Amino acid sequence: MTAVLVRRRTKARPWLYLLPAAAVLVPMFGYPVYMLGLLSVFDYRQAQVSGGQPSTFVGFGNYATLLGDARFWEVLAQTVGFAAALVAATLAVGAALAVLMTRVSPVPRTTLSLAALGAWAAPAMTGSTVWMFLFDADLGLVNQVLGLDGFNWFYDRWVTFGVVGATIVWHSFPLVMVTLYAGIQAIPASVLEAAALDGASAWGSFWKIIVPMLRPLITIVVIQSVIWDFKVFTQIYVMTNGGGVAGQNTVLNVYAYQTAFGSSEYGLGSAIAVVMTLILLAITLLYIRALYRSGEKL
Amino acid sequence: MRRRLLPNTVALVVAFLTAFPLYWMVLSALKPNGEIQSLDVRPWTLHPTLDNFVRVLTGEGFGRYLLNSAGVALTVVVLSAGVAFLAAVAVTRFAFRLRTTVLIMFLIAQMVPVEALTIPLFFVVRDLGLLNTLGSLVVVQLAFTLPFAIWMMRGFVAAVPEALEEAAMIDGAGRATVLWRILFPLVAPGLVATSVFSFITAWNDFVFARTFIISAKDNQTLPAALLVFFKPDENDWGGIMAASTLMTIPVLIFFVAVQRRLVSGLGGAVKD
Repeated sequence: MTAVLVRRRTKARPWLYLLPAAAVLVPMFGYPVYMLGLLSVFDYRQAQVSGGQPSTFVGFGNYATLLGDARFWEVLAQTVGFAAALVAATLAVGAALAVLMTRVSPVPRTTLSLAALGAWAAPAMTGSTVWMFLFDADLGLVNQVLGLDGFNWFYDRWVTFGVVGATIVWHSFPLVMVTLYAGIQAIPASVLEAAALDGASAWGSFWKIIVPMLRPLITIVVIQSVIWDFKVFTQIYVMTNGGGVAGQNTVLNVYAYQTAFGSSEYGLGSAIAVVMTLILLAITLLYIRALYRSGEKL
Repeated sequence: MRRRLLPNTVALVVAFLTAFPLYWMVLSALKPNGEIQSLDVRPWTLHPTLDNFVRVLTGEGFGRYLLNSAGVALTVVVLSAGVAFLAAVAVTRFAFRLRTTVLIMFLIAQMVPVEALTIPLFFVVRDLGLLNTLGSLVVVQLAFTLPFAIWMMRGFVAAVPEALEEAAMIDGAGRATVLWRILFPLVAPGLVATSVFSFITAWNDFVFARTFIISAKDNQTLPAALLVFFKPDENDWGGIMAASTLMTIPVLIFFVAVQRRLVSGLGGAVKD
């Protein structure tokens, strides 16, 4: 009798420990996810929010509107392109510096990691403000150094993306650098020495030894970067003042936010957010598979 | 040694470029206004002054925003630490049905774009009557720091040998005693590291503060309040840089404190 009782209690215990987490996550995370899906199939605008008008079920109407809207496709393509460029740049810079770190004396190495740590730690908000100041048309250091008088870096679409992208890469390359450096350190020195003795160049041993040996680690870093860069928000929102001239620098995340809170099209904004979440979910599943493959036990 | 000259130089130049924006932020915050407005930009100042900080903290009410940010972040940290610890024990110390499902849900939750959920959360917060309150930021940020905190704590709890708890149980200690007297002190370092991440997430949050604190200026937090300084024509760069410095320094200190755990926190991607 007591044995049964004890077992039943042990069975309930993990759920008891999960209860506080559930008490927060169900109403503030699970329910909003459900509500996001629900909002996306309703016609929900300012009139429904404050005017008390009944909201009408429109089924996939909002999605149909999106798919038929050239603007949505433009933003989607722009988001994918921007994220791809960011991931490539972050990886190139991070990997190059990780290799560099293995070849320098202790003092430059420590200096570089401390500097990277600073960039990594800086809040997205303050990183944005500092880079905006550096590239300010009149008082910015960059224009002064380059001798460009009053050149506005935040006017042309691609130049703006370049500056914002540089800010984001500045924030995100340190993670890649530190992770890959740790990975390279874990490769037995004898392997790299043997390659060097056989006459392999630094370039050759990077592609032929480091990359294959660190493949699981690189996969994880790539997918993590894809996820972050795909949902970039603060830098675009702050640096381009909500999406740039006529919204030309809008990415999906900002687009969803602006559609909902800027234009009060809450239903349509939710539909955009759902599309974005589904894309991220697909990438996340890849991430979980990569974790499994690298031997991580859940 | 000679063949290291080139890589060493490159490393130092890159380090300089990487650190430069932060240097520029602090320098500009310390420059007198005349030098900031001057078209002759110089990378040093001979007349450092705290004017910008004083103006920002007194005139613009940044002292208040600083306290709000710190209050929200610390509340989130304390609550998140306790809740995450219990949940981490549940998923590491017990074998139960749906355990893997629960874990995968914590992982997926980390990937959900926070900004996307702002739309429904706005209505949830409004219906709870929490709009314009700091409480809204606490509950929402607690929800968004928990999945990662639990994920990270899981590793720290798993690292403690179960034999310790079993020994204590044999000696007659109850479940609660084992949990708080044995396990809790042993994972305390991990809890500190996890808390720092929760702190940074809460401290850096921009979009929730921007969305939920609409009209109550007194309840604004630092990141959203920074936007106040952006004016269509004349940006007060000295003020913006001083406020940015105030916002960056606490994060920088915490970050340095936990940097060793950063890589191992990557879901165990790097083997020790």
